[in-house]
Amino acid sequence: MTEPDIHEVTLTVNGKTYCESVEARWSLADFLRHKLGLTGTHLGCEHGVCGACTVLLDGHSVRGCLTLAVQANGCAVETVEGLAPSETELNPLQQAFWDNHGLQCGFCTPGILMTLTEFLRDNSDPSESEVREALSGNICRCTGYQGIVDAALAAAAAMRQSD
Amino acid sequence: MSTHLVGQRIKRLEDPDLLSGRGQFVDDLQIPHLLHAAFLRSPLAHARIRSIDTSAAAGMPGVHAVWTATDLPAVMHGRRMLLQVPNPAIRHPITQEPLATDEVNFVGEAVAVVVADSRHLAEDACERIHVDYEALPVSADCESALKPGAGMAHAGIDGNIAAQFTLDFGDIESAFRNAAHVIQDRYFQHRGTANPMEGRGVVAAFDPISNHFTVWSATQSPFVIRRCLVDMFQVEESAIRVVAPKDVGGGFGPKGMYYPEEVVVPALARELGRPIKWIEDRREHFLSTTQERDQIWDVSIAVDADGKILGLRGRLAHDAGAYLPWGIITPYISTTTIAGPYIVPAFKFDTTVIFTNKPPTTPLRGAGRPQAVFAMERTMDLVADTLGIDRAEIRRRNLIPADAMPYKMGLIFRDGAPVIYDSGDYPKCQSMAMDAAGYDGFSARQEAARKQGRYIGIGIANAVEGTGLGPFEGATIKIAPSGRVVLQTGAAPQGQAHHTTLAQLCAQELNVPIERVDIVTGDTNAVSLGVGTFASRIAVNAGSSVRLASQTVRGKLFKLAAAVLQVGEEDLEMEDGDIRITGEQGDSVSFSDLAKMMNGVPGFKLPDGIEAGLEATSYFQPSQAAYANGCHVAEVEVDTETGAVAILRYIVAHDCGNLINPMIVDGQVQGGVAHGIGNALLEQLHFDGDANPLTTTFAEYLLPTAELVPNVKILHLESPTPNNPLGVKGAGEGGTLPAAAVIAAAIEDALSPFQIRFRDAPILPHQIMAALSNSADRP
Amino acid sequence: MPMMNMRYVMVDHLVDLNQVTELAGIRMSGGRASIGAMTRQRDILASPDLLSVAPIFAEALQQVGHIQTRNRGTIGGSLSHLDPAAELPGLAALHDATVTLSKSGSSREIAIKDFAFGYMTPCTEPDEILSEISFDTWPSGHGYDFREFAQRHGDFAITGVGTLMALDATTRIERVACVLIGIDYQPIRLTDIERDLIGQTPSEDLFRAAGEKARERDMMEDALVPESYRKQLAAVLLRRSLTSAAARAAGQSE
Repeated sequence: MTEPDIHEVTLTVNGKTYCESVEARWSLADFLRHKLGLTGTHLGCEHGVCGACTVLLDGHSVRGCLTLAVQANGCAVETVEGLAPSETELNPLQQAFWDNHGLQCGFCTPGILMTLTEFLRDNSDPSESEVREALSGNICRCTGYQGIVDAALAAAAAMRQSD
Repeated sequence: MSTHLVGQRIKRLEDPDLLSGRGQFVDDLQIPHLLHAAFLRSPLAHARIRSIDTSAAAGMPGVHAVWTATDLPAVMHGRRMLLQVPNPAIRHPITQEPLATDEVNFVGEAVAVVVADSRHLAEDACERIHVDYEALPVSADCESALKPGAGMAHAGIDGNIAAQFTLDFGDIESAFRNAAHVIQDRYFQHRGTANPMEGRGVVAAFDPISNHFTVWSATQSPFVIRRCLVDMFQVEESAIRVVAPKDVGGGFGPKGMYYPEEVVVPALARELGRPIKWIEDRREHFLSTTQERDQIWDVSIAVDADGKILGLRGRLAHDAGAYLPWGIITPYISTTTIAGPYIVPAFKFDTTVIFTNKPPTTPLRGAGRPQAVFAMERTMDLVADTLGIDRAEIRRRNLIPADAMPYKMGLIFRDGAPVIYDSGDYPKCQSMAMDAAGYDGFSARQEAARKQGRYIGIGIANAVEGTGLGPFEGATIKIAPSGRVVLQTGAAPQGQAHHTTLAQLCAQELNVPIERVDIVTGDTNAVSLGVGTFASRIAVNAGSSVRLASQTVRGKLFKLAAAVLQVGEEDLEMEDGDIRITGEQGDSVSFSDLAKMMNGVPGFKLPDGIEAGLEATSYFQPSQAAYANGCHVAEVEVDTETGAVAILRYIVAHDCGNLINPMIVDGQVQGGVAHGIGNALLEQLHFDGDANPLTTTFAEYLLPTAELVPNVKILHLESPTPNNPLGVKGAGEGGTLPAAAVIAAAIEDALSPFQIRFRDAPILPHQIMAALSNSADRP
Repeated sequence: MPMMNMRYVMVDHLVDLNQVTELAGIRMSGGRASIGAMTRQRDILASPDLLSVAPIFAEALQQVGHIQTRNRGTIGGSLSHLDPAAELPGLAALHDATVTLSKSGSSREIAIKDFAFGYMTPCTEPDEILSEISFDTWPSGHGYDFREFAQRHGDFAITGVGTLMALDATTRIERVACVLIGIDYQPIRLTDIERDLIGQTPSEDLFRAAGEKARERDMMEDALVPESYRKQLAAVLLRRSLTSAAARAAGQSE
């Protein structure tokens, strides 16, 4: 058994720069959770279907479980921990989830928030069916999705109003 | 009282942390010096273990230990996990061993464990463990298991019958003899899994100074686990603390069980002197977490010329899997549920619980009721179609009327008490659902659609659920010296918002803002006795305990304040943590003042007649289950060329008594329907003829997504139960119970020109196409 | 990656091509499109140059996985992985594409019909990578349609169909290409059905007959789906795809 393959990576996460040693075999999700202690990103399946691990990589939603940590070298990563403007506030998307019962156990929620962050940035006035299609890559086992859909539409409306 | 919280759509206290990534799930716990465990699992459904060679694995870098059954503490040798729900009908009360000794009985059973510096290294080492198996004949499913020459699920048990029991009442022979029609059929519901988005996980630490274990588990029932560990380790309760982390990512039943990993990981922690973590990956969830369904129902119904039920009888074959960790609760619930909301004068069901070499089956959202409801509601549809009576009308004729409540239906429930439906208006619930669905106008809509070549259909189904299962779930309410209110309970949430709903109840009694309440759940150190969160029981039990304990504390506060302020209690009012003389400014005393006083200042005498401490504990014990009910109506469209099914509309009329937080209840119903849609159209665990699992990933086992679950229109009828002080009934499972039945009925209705019946769930597109191509009137 | 996560595939060396920017990009030149292997599916979906001349790519790619997988997934990755249900190999077959396999110092071109060696195995040599795929685009105004069947959006298709069609001045079918995915280890061009359609006037009966002819082919069967169902889907989806492509061809030529 050979020695583990270690690489140096430099990346930003939620705007903060990190220089870390990572094993080649670590996923980006493992790296965020256990090396950086950012446990908001969750692992539900590790085969790219459930979407719980979704983060933004250079602004685009990706599966944290299917991206190796080394592949994030030189990239900007955004996770759920970077959404709120401060310790005591929530951003409009998070607030909409709170107002609309958009979560129950909360395990799938960070992945859904990151998916919707990208989606609403690119679609400011989506229809309900567009929202549902955007969510088709995130599985929730608790809510039956209605609260999530309501929250996404409410967030879109709130963000249009404040523009 | 100015605070009015109960009955309000209060936003959840849990959300800000979860939305900000500050959840604390079991894999998030930052514990220093942690080591990681990975389990080696059997690749065969039934085999003898001839030998295990761990030498190569033990020598790998970063590996601290490799254990098989012989390495477990001596106190566990030769012993199996505790059977916590015994029943005299069980012939072979066999449960799992913590690690398999000489026989494995399902694919996924734990055979060995590796502890290493990382999970990656532990799994690498697992691959180097060599197990020499001798394959044994397999008991593959509950039909073939009973045939002559079938493989035995357990080599040491002759025959595959785990239990048999009969439940009956009334004169069944006469009912069938005198019937105008006897109608029968067979129904089958396929195995499924819970698949919460977070799998299982255990972290254990052992403190050698106090000789105490701390076990964190993503569980619904810390007390159930503690009971098991006390038995396995043969130590006192006080030596074991089990904690469900602040956040558990869904449960739905299987996380309420107790598992070998919860025994092995603490044992390793004690032996190695380091905290140990094991997190289930998704494949392990498919292999080793308990499952449900796989029931074959033969149902025979006797009706008179008007379609009124005279008798119901039949057989249930229930696949238990390889072990009975939760006894025979699921099939027992199934059999006691099947009569549902209908008047059934005579009843006889024979249930056989069968061992197979598959993962054990235990309650999963609905706990055996969805299967029973499917069998009964499909039967009612068959009666309707046979007699030429509308499917809603046949139900209306048989529903127990409101003035018959409380209604003794004839059987004994799992808690030993007779099944008495305490309250509810079933006919009104059905008509509410039908009105909201525009049921009466549907045939016109169907006609119009058919002219356009579209096949739409409507289905209706009813269900009754015994909720609020006892024996108890306690709560302690206390006022801290800071003036904050502390609420401690054995309940263990996984998304049902216990914190919010219980805080609403407490804050209303004490007239404080809901944010003033600190809630501790899921910790065996927080409350002396507990059971767990399953069976839709917490609102009833913990909720009632919270109400009662809060009322006691409220009473103490008033009594104390009266003594301190030297007025009568009737002159006082309580608001926002203060108790003041009504109408006057000044003269008040705060919760904080009173708490400090009651905590005991040495030498100062407490007022007469008042016990020390501003706290109270209540263990509400329900006299019997509180029966919730619901009526579902669904409209679907079937593509008769591909078999695709789209749900156009879904209506639920739901009665769970009083609602503590309607927003939470709606979320539970919507989520429950999503599970039901999965059961009806998507979810199926496939095994081959040797009980090897074929669906072990999310690409093969399909869960409902946002595009498949409609916006459920939820109507509430509130028939408060007299069985608890809150008048509430459980709401966590009702959304699931009739869903598969109602969707099957709607699909049949859509395809009624082709005279097709569906007796199984899930109903997959290729099965619809096969039925259509077999139909004489193919499209 | 899923296969590595599940320990079905254990590699000795893993080379990440994400930094090799020369391998990404879409070039349009003289009626021929060339797409670099590392071009993201998302970028194909966002390329007005390509979509304006090959709109079928938009329709097909909307059905490839989900936003999160399209953000990272590449055309070269999809082609090299050769999942039988994958849409991009289907589009390549539909366009009679050429695949460029490159190694240090040289490249060779393979017709797409020769690219698949076996189940999930391209003919790429161990010292080669797929570097580019190129194909002639269809003339403006052509009809197109891509559809597939899966129980949920974004799942692996059980069966799928892609159609390209051009009509002549008399609205007869001048040119047509049809591909089936999900029925065999590689996408299957329905060349016999295409021949039968040339010179014919689009009609429901014509396309129904084409669908029934597709049904006659042998198709994959697995533990979850019987062959008869794939045949049913092939027949229905082909008929619907031809109908839609013909309507688009007629609409655009007016």
